Amino acid sequence: MGLGGLLDALWQVEFLRMVVLAAVVFTFLAVGGPLFLVLAERKISAWIQARVGPKHVGPHGILQTVADTVKLLQKESIVPHRADVVLFTAAPVLVAVAALLDWIVIPFAPGVIVRDLNVGILYFAAVSSLTVIGILTGGWASNNKYSLLGGLRSAAQMVSYELPLGFSLLVVATLTGTLSTVRIVEAQPYPAHFYPSVIVAAVVFLIAATAEANRIPFDLPEAEAELVAGYFSEYTPMRFALFQLGEYGALLASSALFTTLFLGGWKGPFALPGVGPVVDGMVWFLLKTYAVVFFLMWVRWTYPRSRIDQLLNVSWKILLPVSMANLLVAGVLVVLG
Amino acid sequence: MNAEALAFYALAAMVLVGGFLVVQSRNLVHAAISLVPTLLGVAGLYVLLNAEFVTAIQILIYVGAITVLILFVILLTEGATGLRVRQRNEQVPLALLVCGILVVLFLVVLLRVPWGPPTGPMPAYNPGAVGRSFLMPYVLAFEVTSLVILASLVGAIVVARREG
Amino acid sequence: MPLDWAYVAVFALVGAVMAVLPLGVVWLLAPRSQYAHKRIPYESGIVPFGEAWSQFHVRYYLFGLAFLLFDIEVIYIYPWAVVLRELGGFALVEMAVFLGVLGVALAYAWKKGALEWA
Repeated sequence: MGLGGLLDALWQVEFLRMVVLAAVVFTFLAVGGPLFLVLAERKISAWIQARVGPKHVGPHGILQTVADTVKLLQKESIVPHRADVVLFTAAPVLVAVAALLDWIVIPFAPGVIVRDLNVGILYFAAVSSLTVIGILTGGWASNNKYSLLGGLRSAAQMVSYELPLGFSLLVVATLTGTLSTVRIVEAQPYPAHFYPSVIVAAVVFLIAATAEANRIPFDLPEAEAELVAGYFSEYTPMRFALFQLGEYGALLASSALFTTLFLGGWKGPFALPGVGPVVDGMVWFLLKTYAVVFFLMWVRWTYPRSRIDQLLNVSWKILLPVSMANLLVAGVLVVLG
Repeated sequence: MNAEALAFYALAAMVLVGGFLVVQSRNLVHAAISLVPTLLGVAGLYVLLNAEFVTAIQILIYVGAITVLILFVILLTEGATGLRVRQRNEQVPLALLVCGILVVLFLVVLLRVPWGPPTGPMPAYNPGAVGRSFLMPYVLAFEVTSLVILASLVGAIVVARREG
Repeated sequence: MPLDWAYVAVFALVGAVMAVLPLGVVWLLAPRSQYAHKRIPYESGIVPFGEAWSQFHVRYYLFGLAFLLFDIEVIYIYPWAVVLRELGGFALVEMAVFLGVLGVALAYAWKKGALEWA
């Protein structure tokens, strides 16, 4: 076997690795995303509102979402009259793929990351922005007034909050001098004099991420009382499930990115006894990520929905100027540092 | 054929097919959505040029922002969605003439440039290198960019106010 | 480095295939009723009238454009963020000027009411 043959063989191994990793991450996203989070959301909301929540399927109702998935697989897929079938199908697929692509740059533990891209956090911002197109397309392709209005509102909201989110990423990039997620985790804990900037960036990030995920208090796009279900009103079984996958997948990805940027990623306060650094890192990383998710659910079931003008005011008149100023503060801290 | 050439032809095909769909769609929303594969294909070509910073920008700005803006504009325009747009008008001969001239120009460039294998190392396009050139040799252009953005915003607001 | 992006491409393809697979399962398993009214778009129980599209307000365009311009601005700051430590005070002053001009842009849009939803 010559050198060319050897390279070919290596390439095939690498290709196989890509496909397997993609399948593994997709499965993680489906199970750790909608399958687990929808159940968690229902249990937590029940607990907050002093209800019982799902309890009949499996012990304490823990198999509820599994049963729901099996049910969805057997339901008829309806395409509305005069809807655009191709775009109607492509939209949820695009949203799900965008949620999957986010995970390429998320570090789970030391050395456990799909690819440590040089432009890591910029890449994350770029692929998350693809979701907007999916939502807008889905809303338009449904041939339904509510869907189109919901899609447009959602797009206006998501693009407005992409900016403060981007500035939070920039503050972290300025403080650490890198865009690579792995090196950002390695740079933590941040030196104490960076804290003012870091805390402001973290709060802005959390608010913007809630809005990006279209959750209360920013869930106007799917405000059920006025817009039915927003851009996915017309979506039935699996196409609907794909939107859910995209939505909860993105929620989980934002929480994972928050953990990576502000909570030290895989680093724990103490090493777990008897396990290697990889298991230790993954345990801490997942604990923190799901703690952030829990916080966001807690917010959702505690606050009322805001109006769209209030929502856009928060982004353009408060978060954006504050984060622009914060970026300069971060710059001063680094230069004086 | 090696992996790089394969990737190049696949991406080029994606760009061309997407571009063809953009110009031949009679439905404006379809045309706008067809920009997505086209622009993503261009992003892929930047990867082959080792310019990953530009790739990320291409996705963030062109796919994530400009396409959305175009969709907004189409949805705002009365009668533009779902309508079968007329593909011909009286300017067809003129358009053919301009396209013909362009084709000739491209062919002249293609045939006269001595295309050889690249010499020397590939230039670095990573964020650090871009940042150094922004802040050292091209600092004036960098600052002027902010003025260009300011001017665009002022222009957009003036135009939208007049018509709104 | 192109290898990183090969991963991105393969992830996108595999993700799309895995997302479409359950649609195929539905197509195989799910029943199909012949009831024509099921395809009428939902409009709170009444028969839909007119087109789904109705003219939207120009404010969507204004917000879209303002977003695009500030997004471009963000792109220009990424390279600065990476090299600030290395280049120091001069770079900081340059960015202060850059952000200052964009602060003026934001203030102008605010003053002119372009950021009002009403």
